Amino acid sequence: MAPTAPSPAKSASPSQPSGKSEVSDLKQQLRQLAGSRAPDADDQRRDVFKRVISCMTAGIDVSAAFGEMVLCSATSDVVLKKMCYLYVGVHARAHPDLALLTINFLQRDCRDQDPTIRGLALRSLCSLRVPNLVEYLVAPLTTGLKDPSAYVRMVASVGAAKLYHISTTTCLDADLPAALKALMLSDSDAQVVANCLHSLLEIWTLEAANSEAAAREIETLYSKPVVFYLLNRIKEFSEWAQCHVLELASKFLPSDNNEIFDIMNLLEDRLQHANGAVVLATIKVFLHLTMSMTDVHQQVYERIKAPLLTLVGAGSPEQSYSVLCHLHLLVMRAPMLFSSDYKSFYCQFSDPSYVKKLKLEMLTAIANESNTYEIVTELCEYAGNVDVPIARESIRAVGKIALQQYDVNAIVDRLLQFLEMDKDYVTAETLVLVKDLLRKYPQWSHDCIAVVGNISSQNIQEPKGKAALIWMLGEYSQDMHDAPYILESLVDNWDEEQSPEVRLHLLTAVMKCFFKRPPETQKALGATLAAGLADTHQDVHDRALFYYRLLQHDPAVAERVVNPPKQAVSVFADTQSSEIKDRIFDEFNSLSVVYQKPSYMFTDKEHRGTFEYSEDLTNLTVGVEAPETVISAQRYQENDNDLLLSTSDKEDNVTRASNGSSTSTYNAPPDLTGPSSLLSSQTPTETALINPGGPTYSAQTNFSLDDLLGLGVPDTPAPPSPPALTLNSKPVLDPGTFQKKWGQLALSLSQECSLSPQGAASLMNPQSLIRHMQSNYIQCIASGGQPPNYKFFFYGQKDGATAFYLVECIVNTASAKAQLKIKADDGTTAQSFSTLFQSALSKFGLS
Amino acid sequence: MISQFFVLSQRGDHIVFRDYRGEVPKGSAEIFFRKVKFWNEDEAEEAPPVFNIDGVNYIHVKVAGLYFVVTTMVNISPSLLLELLQRIARVTKDYLGVLNEDSLRKNFILVYELLDEVIDFGYPQTTSTEALKSYIFNEPIMVDAGRMPPLGPAAMFMQGSKRMPGTAVTKSVVANEPGGKKREEIFVDIIEKISVTFSSSGYILTSEIDGTIQMKSYLSGNPEIRLALNEDLGIGRSGSSTHDYRSSSGGGSVVLDDCNFHESVQLDSFDIDRTLHLIPPDGEFPVMNYRMTQEFKPPFRVTALIEEAGPSRAEVLLKIRADFSANVTANTITVQMPVPSYTMRASFELEAGAVGQTTDFKEGSRRLEWNLKKIVGGSEHTLRAKLTFSQESHGNLTKEAGPVNMNFTIPMYNASKLQVRYLQISKKSKTYNPYRWVRYVTQANSYVARL
Repeated sequence: MAPTAPSPAKSASPSQPSGKSEVSDLKQQLRQLAGSRAPDADDQRRDVFKRVISCMTAGIDVSAAFGEMVLCSATSDVVLKKMCYLYVGVHARAHPDLALLTINFLQRDCRDQDPTIRGLALRSLCSLRVPNLVEYLVAPLTTGLKDPSAYVRMVASVGAAKLYHISTTTCLDADLPAALKALMLSDSDAQVVANCLHSLLEIWTLEAANSEAAAREIETLYSKPVVFYLLNRIKEFSEWAQCHVLELASKFLPSDNNEIFDIMNLLEDRLQHANGAVVLATIKVFLHLTMSMTDVHQQVYERIKAPLLTLVGAGSPEQSYSVLCHLHLLVMRAPMLFSSDYKSFYCQFSDPSYVKKLKLEMLTAIANESNTYEIVTELCEYAGNVDVPIARESIRAVGKIALQQYDVNAIVDRLLQFLEMDKDYVTAETLVLVKDLLRKYPQWSHDCIAVVGNISSQNIQEPKGKAALIWMLGEYSQDMHDAPYILESLVDNWDEEQSPEVRLHLLTAVMKCFFKRPPETQKALGATLAAGLADTHQDVHDRALFYYRLLQHDPAVAERVVNPPKQAVSVFADTQSSEIKDRIFDEFNSLSVVYQKPSYMFTDKEHRGTFEYSEDLTNLTVGVEAPETVISAQRYQENDNDLLLSTSDKEDNVTRASNGSSTSTYNAPPDLTGPSSLLSSQTPTETALINPGGPTYSAQTNFSLDDLLGLGVPDTPAPPSPPALTLNSKPVLDPGTFQKKWGQLALSLSQECSLSPQGAASLMNPQSLIRHMQSNYIQCIASGGQPPNYKFFFYGQKDGATAFYLVECIVNTASAKAQLKIKADDGTTAQSFSTLFQSALSKFGLS
Repeated sequence: MISQFFVLSQRGDHIVFRDYRGEVPKGSAEIFFRKVKFWNEDEAEEAPPVFNIDGVNYIHVKVAGLYFVVTTMVNISPSLLLELLQRIARVTKDYLGVLNEDSLRKNFILVYELLDEVIDFGYPQTTSTEALKSYIFNEPIMVDAGRMPPLGPAAMFMQGSKRMPGTAVTKSVVANEPGGKKREEIFVDIIEKISVTFSSSGYILTSEIDGTIQMKSYLSGNPEIRLALNEDLGIGRSGSSTHDYRSSSGGGSVVLDDCNFHESVQLDSFDIDRTLHLIPPDGEFPVMNYRMTQEFKPPFRVTALIEEAGPSRAEVLLKIRADFSANVTANTITVQMPVPSYTMRASFELEAGAVGQTTDFKEGSRRLEWNLKKIVGGSEHTLRAKLTFSQESHGNLTKEAGPVNMNFTIPMYNASKLQVRYLQISKKSKTYNPYRWVRYVTQANSYVARL
């Protein structure tokens, strides 16, 4: 970083100093001061220390002065001590041997009379991050956790987590987690409790990967006694700790509705908190607790509306940004919710552009029959805005509303008015929109074409806009009188056209035009193909060659390829899948909401272990038919952690391609699917025998090929489902494929059902239910949990078909209720499968 | 779990830099700064407060022209981090009196002390100005606030109004007064940001008030305080009757859409007599935030006209009428109007006898700017401008120009009519009578008139 000004040698206000000579100068001065007993020695030391820290802040390497700093550190001046600790904390790692020198005085300070000094020293001691010094940490930490001062206990409880990161075994051998847990459940100081909770969660989450005991310990943190204990003390906590406790509570699985209402009543006033983080954390608890109670869930939406809108206006623009991101997520789930508050999302003059953009997205999302007119009117005002990026976004927003809307008529008129504004960026954006609009609503072509035809292509500079215009010229050349001639003039200027995208479109448009109006276009076509073949751009060249050969081969075939009848696009591919949205919703009040991506897409593998999904899945074991075999012992750890988290598929195109891609995975021979086939206790030969599905495979293959060509729209007419569903008695699905499918398929059904009381009572371990369901041809792929909550992943397969049904089933034996989430390859039969599954479940324990 | 916290100057210099967990690769501050500075160069857009580069999440707020940034590797609540950053800025201001680059640079060691206590191993600990006092050993080094541009909403009291002790708002909670004795005083500021959009015909399209009751206490011994608001204050509008409250200008009751409160506020009797009880913590904090969409009387009427006056000329007329009482004066008023992009020149004609008014044509952004030092309630001001174009206009001038935006501050005025009826401090002794300042101010957040 560039220094602002060279600081005078003993400046009381050190600004950014510079360079190497500075460091050696500082070393020199420190050495002189080390033994000094002059009355103002401490003041002088302060000055020099300040300059060292100032250098350190500026990014200058001052580690060379480590020895000198340590020499000067024996002092009773607290300000000096703190500066020294800060310095040592940053540089100890690079100088482990010299760091040893500091241990002495840090240990001594840990026994100081003054609790502030004790705390300070302990914190610095734990922050050294030098592995070979850990032996000096254990004793002060253990005493620190029992210190009479809450401040020291607070420091010690975080210190335990620091120690865990430096040396896992030292921390565990000293039994610090147990001490933390005891402290968490008894300490009178709320911040100590909060810090114990932080540390325990961190330690056990990381430990859970290797130890079942740790996984169980995590379970206890989410158990009723702990959660209720913390919630009852909620008001004692600092607002930041409250957020943490609320996050914990949002993952609590209540056993009955009374618990849910108790929690909600207790937390009701947190929604009025001035701190937006507390409000959002509370909202997460409310939303997640009421997931299974539709009407209460709806009430929650109504309740949180006003506080959220207040947060948008009350806080900093940065906070409004975060809150608006959450509002956007909620609106995607409950579009009606804010439809009458649309004015709250009008852009304000002082809003930064990142807030304005979000507001435009909100307006797009809440537009419906009742407010579209007002919203579009407002958006049109922005289109003439001096702020060009916002003007563009506004036009796009109008277009999106048109694409999702009912009253397209009025909007089309507005869009066409944009074209009259004669601003180049407005025209370009509008053309792109009109093009998309026509792809969805071909019936509007007549009105649009009339206006679009009047636009001179010379006035459009932006490639996207120009390409859109050319596409329309080609597609609707039969309706546009001048189309061949406009295209011809464009071809004449081929060499001046910079953008390959435009040239590609031009090639195709001329081809289309040729098939519709051959005599008028023939000349242009020849010129186009010649220009295309000579083009330096690879794609343009190749496409020109392709068209040329196609025409040579057979013009009729060429027409079928270039100009097939088109179906209107119903859903554009960039629409996010509902599965992804669900996952983001599960991660409410986190960065996922801001990025609009589930966390696995933006956090690296190394840190993934600490996230939400892994916590409730770490305790799952892979369900196998024979629990006494080797397999049960050898927990399929990797898969556990990754279940529901598969990164292998980006899922961008899930909505369109789910059929195709899943069929292809069926065909993979089981022995190619790696370690998972070892786990499924069936041998490949068995698999081959069980699945007599030859003909269906080929049917599926045809189907996916259709899809590839874009002819088979996702909702291919399913054969009328037989009244009663029968299941394949021995379906085969390996965990890897299950996981992949679970990630890809959209949720078909989410239901709650009951178990018989006998069934609930006899569910002592997952195996009993697994065996019972097997007898109903429903297989278990993974299970886990502790009484009273069990979680299972089941699957079944339709007899004689390849379509699978996947079920997530959470059973609570206390309330004898089970929550089901069903995903199906063939959504039309999901309901009959659900019926079948529930009847099987309800018979559990009766036989 | 926060990995790092740092403050960067506008030029990207590190002012403080603290690494709590040592898990983020080196150079994060530089990576951050480059990204923010060049977010989207072509479109001149501001970087959003939250973004991710190579797995590191950067969360920042801009305060006093400085970037307050945290980095994290985990998927944590962005709101928590953003609130925390604002809070760190506020606590720092409580200690330094003034928050700006200069004061931070002079006191960076004190800021490190604060950071040590506020965050430990990435977990927020305490942000209470009061609780932190016992761990802060550095004396703040004061900077001259007079030279500094005013910061924060409370700073507006420093201009214009003689009734305010100018130094109070820039007083550190720990520094001693020159006389050695601390003055017992408490400030309650009712700050309202108003947003109004007028249609071209002068009809109010939208209006909203975002208000805060902000408190800053310098009282010793933490006495309890009772703050009474309008007795007939209504909260929450019954869903269906959204547009039925049209009589507010006639003095009807104030109805807030919603509000929230600071942690320290006891609401036990709020439902009965609209009184807030609290023991104010040290430092500056919002007692209550509120939002109101009930119709209110906007303080200014703005009329803007643009008309063709010949083939490549146009005339602009801007008129402002102050619709508030004559004993109230608005100050630092700016009116801006974008004009067609092909405008070459503008000549202005101010009203006769205009004092303290300046005009400007900003060529770069094609904007007319009209600045007025003050506007007295009840008065009306006009500006005429003649525009010369480089080409003939396309006919529809109103689509090429506008909307007009206005900025202003009106001390001792509040648009919502929300009031502090009284501010009671529980007495320690008969002679104990601290200074109490209840101040109102209204600011334009977005005051827009369309053409």
